[in-house]
Amino acid sequence: MRADQILHPTEAGLYCPPGDFYIDPIRPVPRALITHGHGDHARAGHGAVMATRQTLEIMAIRYGSDFTESRQVADGQIRVGDTTVSFHPAGHILGSAQIAVQPDKGPKIVVSGDYCRRPNPVCAPYEPVPCDIFVTEATFGLPVFRHPDPLDEMARLRASMEEFPERQHLIGAYALGKAQRVISLARQAGVDGPIAIHGALQRLCDYHVEQGIDLGELIPATAADVPAQLVIAPPSAFASAWVQRFRDPVIGFASGWMQVRARARQRGVELPLVISDHVDWPQVTQTIRELAPSEVWITHGNEDGLMRWCELHQIAARPLRLVGYEDEPE
Amino acid sequence: MKSFANLLERLAFTAARNAKLRILRHYLEQTPDPDRGFALAALTGDLKLRAVTPKLLRGLMAERVDEQLFALSYDFVGDLAETIALLWDGDQDDDVPLRDAVALLSDTGRTALPTAISAMLDRLGPSERLAFLKLATGNMRVGLSARMARLALAEMGDPQVKDLEEIWHGLTPPYQPLFDWIAGGTRPEHAAKAPFRPVMLSTPVDLDQLRALDPADHIAEWKWDGIRVQAVNDDGVRRLYSRTGEDISGSFPDVIEALNFDGAIDGELLVRRGADVAPFGDLQKRLGRKVVGKAMLDSHPAGLRVYDLMIWDGRDLRDLPHQDRRAILQKADFGSDRIDVSPLLDFATWDDLAALRADPPSIVIEGVMIKRRDSPYVGGRPRGPWFKWKRDPMVIDAVMLYAQRGHGKRSGFYSDFTFGLWDGDVLVPVGKAYFGFTDEELRELDRFVRNNTTERFGPVRSVAPKLVLEVAFEGLNASARHKSGVAMRFPRISRIRWDKPAPEADRLQTLKDMIP
Repeated sequence: MRADQILHPTEAGLYCPPGDFYIDPIRPVPRALITHGHGDHARAGHGAVMATRQTLEIMAIRYGSDFTESRQVADGQIRVGDTTVSFHPAGHILGSAQIAVQPDKGPKIVVSGDYCRRPNPVCAPYEPVPCDIFVTEATFGLPVFRHPDPLDEMARLRASMEEFPERQHLIGAYALGKAQRVISLARQAGVDGPIAIHGALQRLCDYHVEQGIDLGELIPATAADVPAQLVIAPPSAFASAWVQRFRDPVIGFASGWMQVRARARQRGVELPLVISDHVDWPQVTQTIRELAPSEVWITHGNEDGLMRWCELHQIAARPLRLVGYEDEPE
Repeated sequence: MKSFANLLERLAFTAARNAKLRILRHYLEQTPDPDRGFALAALTGDLKLRAVTPKLLRGLMAERVDEQLFALSYDFVGDLAETIALLWDGDQDDDVPLRDAVALLSDTGRTALPTAISAMLDRLGPSERLAFLKLATGNMRVGLSARMARLALAEMGDPQVKDLEEIWHGLTPPYQPLFDWIAGGTRPEHAAKAPFRPVMLSTPVDLDQLRALDPADHIAEWKWDGIRVQAVNDDGVRRLYSRTGEDISGSFPDVIEALNFDGAIDGELLVRRGADVAPFGDLQKRLGRKVVGKAMLDSHPAGLRVYDLMIWDGRDLRDLPHQDRRAILQKADFGSDRIDVSPLLDFATWDDLAALRADPPSIVIEGVMIKRRDSPYVGGRPRGPWFKWKRDPMVIDAVMLYAQRGHGKRSGFYSDFTFGLWDGDVLVPVGKAYFGFTDEELRELDRFVRNNTTERFGPVRSVAPKLVLEVAFEGLNASARHKSGVAMRFPRISRIRWDKPAPEADRLQTLKDMIP
């Protein structure tokens, strides 16, 4: 069986005919395999969903327990139609997985979803899975993206908090994954006092704590006067009246995009923190070298840069041009 | 270099002036000489280094990175120095002293330069690479003026801003004597001729306040709408300074050529055509130019109208009473027809002066100046001896069209407003205003914006055109760059007209008719 008969893009998302399932579909489908809980990969309304236990629980928190008709925890090797699938840690957010698809006849395909190779205190590390075809993201698929050590970024946050002790520091971070990672990193960097969180983060932070991730003392950032110098909120909160309770705050944003000044300026960010949950350029190219697949498929992001790199290194590659995935989703 | 790179980055992203000052002060307090002096000079544009061309930098990249990947990257990042800083493949992360980078960029010969730059980039981490490349291309863009640098320095020790202004132009990087002085050492002597001397400034006044004063103790003269300057010829060394001590000689070679006297004079810089003084907009065309072409010099000739003498024929007049300085001024010969004396106004009572102020003989007059006859020339803004009594601002009723979120203390509030006037049945944007209202009014405006949003573009919202704002402004220029054809000076919101229906706001033509 040819590779594109095993997996190919459709309007609803990546479809696997021998297994009759979709991976991270953007529309309701009868059977979906989900890599991780971010809203653009994990949507409500499918007939059946297979994902890691944590991803299923996160979907239930976000969409309600009736987000799908039936669900199955991905564990070990699982037969789906004429294929065998398995889930492997992707290092992106809590519960995130790569999905390996082994058809009865034909090449083994690994769909990595969004992945990251830098150690992340809130999730299991990325695990390399040998394969014939490696399906990768290219969110940061340009050689300018070399994300620094996140603890160095935290040192910059600490320095600013010391330089402006009377100003609260409001850090924008996506509600699932990034927010908890920033809190956890802040703890590692020595922020001991209470950290205030926007209401939209409460349930997801609680869930991380239930999963054994220590986030320290968190207080709600809902009162008129928030008694914490560090406040974490989803980016959307910065456009709302919520932010008006803070007097002269330092506005920060934690994202891989903050590496490019123009991007940080567009957002009006005073303290850009380059903290990413995606592979940067050295990581994505290193991963392709390491796995040495016979072919690389690129799902979304800056695919032109990665396509060119593959061409220069004589690695067969093609863009899938999947639509519906955001740069760095919420 | 690490702390310098960090300083540049913090300044580049910090909008609030006080926060910038604190960041700079901390840097200057914590960094040793001579690095802090070089950093200061780099920020204020006083560091003269070999200019590294974009071509040279592109050449260095071409040897290292695939052309197509470079083009994709540059396209994404949008800034050459930043693209190279991010793309450069190096895993060293030395903390090279800033003085070494400065030495490299001032002492290296042209042929050795590419190799030297390349070797330096190899030693640095990404943030320091960017700082080095910004230094090399002479393009800091962190929004820090020499005036702000002096404010930060003034917070570090006893010398005040006016003391620093006075010696500033005699100093050269890395300013060791300056830092020694701030640390409690002796004041540096003027190293250069034609120094800047602190300018005497006035405070605003109104008729009620004037009534408490005796008109006989005061003189009055027109307040011209140009730029207050200090012109110096010290033993043949000629300089033109703005009132904050920026050296603007380069933009005004015609004025420099006219300084055929020995002294330091205080006056207004104006564009003049024969006996007529041109509007401020004409002067604005001459500002900030590094090179002024002959055509511009012919079409926009600049000159001075003198208010006061500070130094004249080798004598410091500043301690004399104003009337004595004025007597010398009346008889002075400036040796050029580009320089004349600001005439005194004839008045016996404050009401006489009010009548003159209400009907000035030129549109380039923005009010009257009132000065005590016995006042010595004192740098800074002493309260009392000098007053400015400006004309009432012009006002127009406009409709709010867009609102943008503010920063700092106004984070989360829609506080920057674009307003428009009627042209037929469309509203044409004519300007932007972001102050003039109280905190309470800001909350009301913010609520209005949120409840009347029609579209969102990032931090900007367009609002239903229903709120009329009374906008006050100081003047108008015709402008080809603005869609409306006019540019307002110093617009601010003077009243919020909750009561007035939008269709009754003013028309664009009404505004155009106000152009002088």
